[in-house]
Amino acid sequence: MPIPWRSARLVKREDQTASARTLVLEAPGWPGHLAGQHVDVRLTADDGYQAARSYSLAAPADGDRLELGVQSTAGGEVSPYLVHDLPIGAEVEVRGPLGNWFVWRAGQSEPVLLVAGGSGVVPLMAMIRARRQTATGGPFQLVYSVRGEPDLWYHDELRADGPDLDVRVLYTRQAPPGSTRAAGRLTAADLEPVVSRLTPAGTVYVCGPTAFVETAAELLTSSGQNPARIRTERFG
Amino acid sequence: MAQVSPHHDSPHLDGNSLAGPLSDLFSVDVTRAWWRCPGCGSTGPLAELHVYGPEPGLTARCAHCSQVALRLVRHEEHTWLTLGGAEGAFRFRTAR
Amino acid sequence: MSSLSPGFHGRGRPASLSERLPPGQYPTESFPVLSAGPTPRVPTETWTFTVTTEAGEEHSWTWDEMTALPQEESVHDIHCVTRWSKFDTRWRGVSLDTLLADVDTAAEYAVAHSYGGYTTNLPLEDLLDGKAWLVHTYDDYPLSPEHGGPARLLVPHLYFWKSAKWVRGLRLTQDDEPGFWETAGYHNYGDPWREQRHWGD
Repeated sequence: MPIPWRSARLVKREDQTASARTLVLEAPGWPGHLAGQHVDVRLTADDGYQAARSYSLAAPADGDRLELGVQSTAGGEVSPYLVHDLPIGAEVEVRGPLGNWFVWRAGQSEPVLLVAGGSGVVPLMAMIRARRQTATGGPFQLVYSVRGEPDLWYHDELRADGPDLDVRVLYTRQAPPGSTRAAGRLTAADLEPVVSRLTPAGTVYVCGPTAFVETAAELLTSSGQNPARIRTERFG
Repeated sequence: MAQVSPHHDSPHLDGNSLAGPLSDLFSVDVTRAWWRCPGCGSTGPLAELHVYGPEPGLTARCAHCSQVALRLVRHEEHTWLTLGGAEGAFRFRTAR
Repeated sequence: MSSLSPGFHGRGRPASLSERLPPGQYPTESFPVLSAGPTPRVPTETWTFTVTTEAGEEHSWTWDEMTALPQEESVHDIHCVTRWSKFDTRWRGVSLDTLLADVDTAAEYAVAHSYGGYTTNLPLEDLLDGKAWLVHTYDDYPLSPEHGGPARLLVPHLYFWKSAKWVRGLRLTQDDEPGFWETAGYHNYGDPWREQRHWGD
């Protein structure tokens, strides 16, 4: 049976950055989902024209409530509408949960390295939250590359990293005052210390723009990480 | 034949994004499906294919050599699925 | 069943229509890029264009040979099957009449094939009599790789997927051989004025 489209009502919209929002939707009958999964969101114009795009779920399942992270892309057809225009209380259609490959499951106990570029942090945040919620799993490390501090999602939540979550933010354009690392793109040197803390069975999840994912995956493999333990998701 | 560089700048997603569109046709999640590229012999999950589109259709290609793995075209009445790079397609009635 | 999304209009779909707009199309000022694969980078030093007849006879042009042929500048409206139309696009290139002038063929069809593997099929007569060009210049600038440079086919009276980007040759055939999108649900001919978008339209 095809996965049905179901109505979902926007109940809350929260700023993450100037151009990114967290959308909380209520989708009656939602079957639940795994951390890392995504949904397709479909919009319908009054002349019947439809457009659908994929968005990552940012938090573990919570009854009928879904939290999506949406980055508005310049010239985009769907994301600017979701970020700026969809009225609170209005409905869209969602289909999901989708994708069983880029997921973290509560039974996983190996160390995990999360590598995020920009809004690629969204499905990885769902994994961090799921792990915290279930209080299981091995140690998590997050390497999070953003242009500058204003581009950082989940600012406060990530700052409060505990003993089992190590967060390293890399600034590519402008590092905040007092940073020990100069602004610049992800390098092998950034990954070396975190990769060395993964056991051979550790899993790496990489999510971000296509070019970032390709660079990160290549750096990880050349630093000795087993390619079979690297899972990637690109968002274009 | 001009070589298509494996590291390209054209916008694309990956096979993770095929989960929704292919759920109209398959009852299992497709992103974990194992695939072997007939062009370069590399193997991996469908999630790692490079996916171009969505218009005029979705084209999934080998991440290493760009060989076409599948094409999916969704129209009002019919959904078309072509497996591999060859001609010949399956036509399904579009799910509502 | 689908819920309406208040205030969602899609990308630029104004109400005003024009006689130059085929059914179901909307005008756009931008020049959208649709891709079915990575953008090939083809240096003009190694570029060739080859016409292969049904008898296997080959006619090839290097970049310098092609640019030494008589050049034509023309202005056209173009129509993409994804519903955008763009008015008054200005191109420069070689008429297919020029390229096919000395080609001895009784073929009725042509398959355009491209660097990167894309193919599309057309009746040969749709490439002749001033209806099609091999273009390398758009708006006075060399055609960019995103838009099919160094050279693409231009067949403006058909939906734009027939105007193969990165074209490297034509194979002339007795039988019609559907191409990349034609085998996957798109119309075999693709006349925008008869709205031949999909198989069976």
